[in-house]
Amino acid sequence: MITLDELLEKDRRREEDGFKRKIRIGRIVKPATGGKEKIIIVPTTVEEKFVHDEINLNQEPGEGEPTGGTGEGEEGDVIGEQPVRPQEGEEGEKGPGEGPGQGEGGDHELESNAYELGKVLSQDFQLPNLKNKGKKRTLARYIYDLTDKNRGVGQILDKKATLKRIVETNITLGNIPDVGDIDPTKFIISPQDLIYRILSREKDFESQALVFFLRDYSGSMSGKVTQTIVSQHVMLYSWLLYQYEKQVETRFILHDTEAKEVSDFYKYYSYKVAGGTKVCTAFKLVNDIVERENLARDYNIYVFHGTDGDDWDKDGKQTIVEIEKMLHYVSRIGITIVEHSYVGSKQTEVEKYLKSSEILTKHSNLLKMDVLDENADDSRIIQGIKKLIS
Amino acid sequence: MELVSQHVKGIMEECKSRARDHGLKFDEETLEYIVTNRDIIELSPKVMIPTLYDYWVHDVRVLSGKGMYEAYPSNPYETVINTRPAISFYNDNNPDWLNVMIFYHVLAHIDFFQNNLFYKNTWDIDLTGQALSDKRMIAKLRSEKGRWVDYAIEFARGMDNLVGYHKELNRHILSETKHQLTRIDFYFDIFLQKIKNVSHHEYLKEIKRFNENLNGTEDFFDLMISKYPEFEELYRKELIVKQKSDLDIMEYVIRNSPFLKEDENVWIKSVIQIVRNTSLYFQPQIRTKIMNEGWASYWHDYLFMRDNRICGHEVDYAKINAGVTSMPKIGLNPYALGMRLFQHIKDMEDRGCYSFDYSALKDEIGKKKFNKGKNTGADYILKVRENFNDFTFINFFIDQDFVTQHDLFVAGKRFNNSRMSIEYYIKSKQAADYKEMIVKTLYHPPEISVDISRSKNGILYLNHKFEYKPLKIDFIENTMIGIEYLWGGPVHLETSEPSSSGKTATNDANFWDPTSQPGEEKKPEPIKWKRMLYIIENRKLHKQEL
Repeated sequence: MITLDELLEKDRRREEDGFKRKIRIGRIVKPATGGKEKIIIVPTTVEEKFVHDEINLNQEPGEGEPTGGTGEGEEGDVIGEQPVRPQEGEEGEKGPGEGPGQGEGGDHELESNAYELGKVLSQDFQLPNLKNKGKKRTLARYIYDLTDKNRGVGQILDKKATLKRIVETNITLGNIPDVGDIDPTKFIISPQDLIYRILSREKDFESQALVFFLRDYSGSMSGKVTQTIVSQHVMLYSWLLYQYEKQVETRFILHDTEAKEVSDFYKYYSYKVAGGTKVCTAFKLVNDIVERENLARDYNIYVFHGTDGDDWDKDGKQTIVEIEKMLHYVSRIGITIVEHSYVGSKQTEVEKYLKSSEILTKHSNLLKMDVLDENADDSRIIQGIKKLIS
Repeated sequence: MELVSQHVKGIMEECKSRARDHGLKFDEETLEYIVTNRDIIELSPKVMIPTLYDYWVHDVRVLSGKGMYEAYPSNPYETVINTRPAISFYNDNNPDWLNVMIFYHVLAHIDFFQNNLFYKNTWDIDLTGQALSDKRMIAKLRSEKGRWVDYAIEFARGMDNLVGYHKELNRHILSETKHQLTRIDFYFDIFLQKIKNVSHHEYLKEIKRFNENLNGTEDFFDLMISKYPEFEELYRKELIVKQKSDLDIMEYVIRNSPFLKEDENVWIKSVIQIVRNTSLYFQPQIRTKIMNEGWASYWHDYLFMRDNRICGHEVDYAKINAGVTSMPKIGLNPYALGMRLFQHIKDMEDRGCYSFDYSALKDEIGKKKFNKGKNTGADYILKVRENFNDFTFINFFIDQDFVTQHDLFVAGKRFNNSRMSIEYYIKSKQAADYKEMIVKTLYHPPEISVDISRSKNGILYLNHKFEYKPLKIDFIENTMIGIEYLWGGPVHLETSEPSSSGKTATNDANFWDPTSQPGEEKKPEPIKWKRMLYIIENRKLHKQEL
């Protein structure tokens, strides 16, 4: 059986032959109990043919395709509803996500497979290593300390603990007739009573990088735009996991007109579109969290934000304020704007106000923006990541 | 992969004889295999044909199938393939009573494959054998041409949904009756009516003259040819045109592509042919999903309920059967829908409802009580399974009685702005609406054919017949690059696209923004269509309005 690596190698050769690549990395989310989900990385491909499409002139998520149903009720009766904003811990929220791949609810144990993807990305797609960018530090530190106790053998005898132990043993044996007058010379001492301290390896959790993923899930985001952003964030996330050996801390924030933090990556990438758009809310929430938890002191903070560039705050007054506040502590803000194809050559609102405010040039070291089309393929998305972390 | 045990085979043979007693017809020989889950994952991208040719897309599917299985382990009870002898796969050694039920289900599938007329083009082929020789051929080519074989397969598969299945089927049926366009048919149907545009009076006069001359048609034509000396020539031309216009895109490319005529490219023709034949083979299956699954579910239920081997397992059966054939509150289940429809048809026919008397009835009570005691339903559904496909089945038999009896409805979905939720509601309980909704889900590839008159100067001109449906734009470019490669020259595609009815994009995007002008009442505007021409040349796509 052919392996994923071989398939990707073959796919790369297509470019040499003058054809587009066909294989994308897809994700399947496995739900599990107790909030432990697993993401399985699989290749996917589409066989392109002439096929019929739905007529879709307006972008609003109004009427969906009708389907069949069975049961009692009259025409017009509402037979069920599904909230568009996620509700934490709610059982009903299990629709398949916007992300490629399929799956249902669950939680978050992005382990070996995302790790595998990260490996593929940093090897096969030649992403630049974060390390080379001046952030050379180990994210987990091991310290050695004489904290563990061990009976019988060890490096240093813990005299106090040993003595206590011996007294206990002798009381049990009835060797101490009067606790007020103990004669140590009469002690019976078992080798097992000797308590030693031993040198042990302690993991000092000193994760110094904290990554905030911010995603716009407003109504206008439905469809490909979200898929593209989610693809990019999945890759970023997987790659960070690989690069920092799972020691990166991550937080996930979704926003429409309000921002909310969700507990894990699955929720982050699977929640479907909701209401209007206020970009500033997401940045504000990050600022609040950082301040409240005093995170800036201990962490390198990275913020990645994905949006389609729509914002009710058209000139970005509030957003720019929040971003500037953020620039005081972050190591990097990466903003991805995925344009709907109908936008054409016009600039989106977010792009416009970011440019006109000049913070992009003033803080070119800290703030990066990447604008791509909703039909961008994986290689374009990866290029985008390079730009964001360059 | 191993054959089932002798004991299990015995159960199968017993099921066969009981199924035959109720009118099912199938070949004597069948093969039953036990397969592992791994086998199934590896087989399903190859549509369960173990000998299908190798192709990297299958490998991609296998890898993702494995991931899928890891996340959602599930095992199908059975899979049947339409071969001679029919082969069926089972995932494990089931208890005997369950095997009885599954075997009835499988036998009904086999009966369907071997009797439904839409499968006629598959009846004379030994598919596993054919596929094996194709597989070897492709493997041999691959050893010589390397990855270019995969490109050839890819580009051929890019057209394989446009195969002229109906024409092919027609050929199969006509070759039996030896029906060809005769002189007489041509004279009366085409020549007089379409070419000469004669008056009714004259037409009837000719028919009368023909009838009088019935004993000697030669005389009839002698007279006519003196009147229309051009007739013979036109008839000859018509035969050629008819033969030519019967070619689907794949055939046309095989026969006429200048690129494929070059010596070093001739091998590609066989690759396209293999892909085309494989696609033709699976066409009937795609077009009879609801019927085929419904038929199998109908019979496993009917036969197993009358089988003494169910004794003691009634509850187990009820559980499994409900899992397969219950109607979802929202959504469609082809097994369930097809089964209920067959049951409905049988009941209607038993009562003699497919009659003028019944359709003339206006009152519900009268309809409910109507019963002529015909009891011909059993034979009737056998005829239905022989002569219908999903479209005709749904279109003909879903009636208001059926929709009402099973509480069926069309479920709509809408966004409720004030509650920030998506609501599901009962959109319609009308049979016509329900029918339309189902029909929309059926397989219906676009009708795209070669426009011979415009395919000049090395251009391949494709015409997409307008059916109020656009093509998926994202797929056009790569598909056309593939066709251009095989054709060896520019390819034009004429198709229709809806034009946005005057509304600008920003308005759409601001649907969510209450600060923009308060939304005027939206009235559904009729969609305007425009004819577009896509041109691919040197792998560059251009687009222009016609």
